[in-house]
Amino acid sequence: MKLSGWGRYPQIEITPLKPAHTPAVQSMIAAQANSSLGLSGLVARGLGRSYGDSALANTLITTQYLDHFLAFDEETGILHCASGVSFAEILKVFVPKGWFLPVTPGTQFVTVGGAIASDVHGKNHHLDGSFSAHLINLKLMVASGEILECSATQHRELFLATCGGMGLTGIILEASFQMLAIESAYIQETTWKTHNLAETLVLFDEFQKTTYSVAWIDCLSTGKQLGRSLLMLGEHAKKEDLAEGLGEGLQTAKTGKLSIPIDMPNAVLNSHSVKAFNSLYYNKIRQKQTQRQVHYAPFFYPLDSLQNWNRLYGKNGFIQYQFVLPKSSGLEGLTKILSKIAESKRGSFLAVLKAFGKGNDNYLSFPVEGYTLALDFKIDSTLFAFLNELDSIVLDYSGRLYLTKDARMSEATFKQSYPLWEQFQKVRAQYGAEKRFNSLQSQRLGL
Amino acid sequence: MHKNILIIGATSAIAQATIRLYAEQNANLYLLGRNLEQLETIAADAKIRGANQAVFSALDVTEYETHESVLNEVFEKFITLDTILIAHGTLPDQAACEQSVAVTLQELNTNALSTISLLTLLANRLQTQQSGCIAVISSVAGDRGRQSNYVYGAAKGMVSIFLQGLRNRLMPYHVHVLDIKPGFVDTPMTAEFKKGPLWAQPEQIAKSIINAIEKRKNTLYTPVFWAGIMFIIRHVPEVIFKRLKL
Repeated sequence: MKLSGWGRYPQIEITPLKPAHTPAVQSMIAAQANSSLGLSGLVARGLGRSYGDSALANTLITTQYLDHFLAFDEETGILHCASGVSFAEILKVFVPKGWFLPVTPGTQFVTVGGAIASDVHGKNHHLDGSFSAHLINLKLMVASGEILECSATQHRELFLATCGGMGLTGIILEASFQMLAIESAYIQETTWKTHNLAETLVLFDEFQKTTYSVAWIDCLSTGKQLGRSLLMLGEHAKKEDLAEGLGEGLQTAKTGKLSIPIDMPNAVLNSHSVKAFNSLYYNKIRQKQTQRQVHYAPFFYPLDSLQNWNRLYGKNGFIQYQFVLPKSSGLEGLTKILSKIAESKRGSFLAVLKAFGKGNDNYLSFPVEGYTLALDFKIDSTLFAFLNELDSIVLDYSGRLYLTKDARMSEATFKQSYPLWEQFQKVRAQYGAEKRFNSLQSQRLGL
Repeated sequence: MHKNILIIGATSAIAQATIRLYAEQNANLYLLGRNLEQLETIAADAKIRGANQAVFSALDVTEYETHESVLNEVFEKFITLDTILIAHGTLPDQAACEQSVAVTLQELNTNALSTISLLTLLANRLQTQQSGCIAVISSVAGDRGRQSNYVYGAAKGMVSIFLQGLRNRLMPYHVHVLDIKPGFVDTPMTAEFKKGPLWAQPEQIAKSIINAIEKRKNTLYTPVFWAGIMFIIRHVPEVIFKRLKL
């Protein structure tokens, strides 16, 4: 079957392996080692929501059937589950019990294993760090077939390499992590409308004690309005603050039924339609500041209600370009990049800006203290050359790209911006992963 | 009231999806299967999802002599059963069966005789109890023999005919007998097959099973379009059918 990441580029023809239990994973790893494909790479795959080529390889092991909850401590809120469990399943089962994910990306259709391998971040990164900060431990099957328990104190280096390590150290089988107690399924949301980028960044600073914050940027506005945004802030609503009619307040979401059934023709998405959309979106909020109570699903996962939204970008797919710039160079660097994008007229429907808190010790985790911007670009014949130009600006300001979104950066760009890659390789070598666990991405990046 | 549910072949993908739905209904679950380690995982998962109880023990369905004692333990624990789902099975390698009497008989054992042994014991229990539902996963393959998998088809067909008789016999005792005939389902058992639009997910099958049990259906083709496909397959005259490459 044809398989790709969420960005639908690149695509490969492959039938993934689907082990039904741990011993099957073991024998699949052993079989791959003995086959002629042994040297060309194996990597685990969850729900395929990383955008590029990080979950593509000659041998893919999906965690589809490794999807069991293993233990839950009602007192402490520590959940132990297999790596194929999705965030959507966790929310379905645990929101009614009064627990929420400690960190969640912008879609609930990711697995726990994928969240660890990408060391995902959410709208609360500035306060709570990325997903790995909430891990108690994880179980990893390494190249020998042995299962190692890793944590900040056990097999520490392997833990640091595995969190954010894009599946390149072995197969993540299980994890335990701390859930967050909530009183309701609702978010108290405040939206600020800003006139430009500088104002947006000031507001991020001003509201750094707010649990959740994220900004949507109109990436086609220019001049004085460059970087005008809607900044969305959120706190879990307390039970006593719930508006009437919201019942017990711990209802889970219904999954969306809307779907994009076909690839959009290329002509639909152009600079005019994107400009119109951005303008409408920005102007849907009239006041400087608005407040509402909103269910967690539309707050955290606005696009999950539109199934296959990746088809909006046509059959050639798209690149989600996400970079981070250190705080000190944020305004200048973002201005430069946003001007370049506006000038190119390659608008993105959704351009999302977020202030990161401090980074962590993981070798390949993406976040560093500063600002991260994510943009979607439809793939056409000139896009990659354009993105190379953006790469060099990002590098000039000591920034880096998110591996989970990447499908095309060069080895040199990667190695310059992820200086701990050599330590990462050392740990991989130590556990025999180097020649065994590889993806199309790791091969492209020289790992 | 928590329903008492017995699942035989609990590690099968369709069984697991059904277990999750019953767990959400806070049922008491008794899980039987070969692999204890997997059963332990499935039981833990069911409890977290809401099962009131999830107990498990080992059963190798081909060891007939153990059937009675294992089922006695089930009834000691739960006293009465509301629903029994028999879901175990293998997918025989048809070519291997054609070359080996031993393989053929082994497949008939696993897919038909073991089920009939269990059903014989369970039917008497439910007849005494005068309530409950016996649901068995057979297959659309049991509707007509085809060259590509007639050993499997013969086994499943035997089970279906046995169930018809059982349904007839247990009718006066208010015991409901459901024959579940899934088409192609995307599970570890069918991992090697190329998947197309006719393929269904285990979760979808599980939902239809629970619905059919609640509605006391006799036969469930699932997904439902298989009823149409199999109607046609059953009605093609044999003079034509024998020439088809099916």
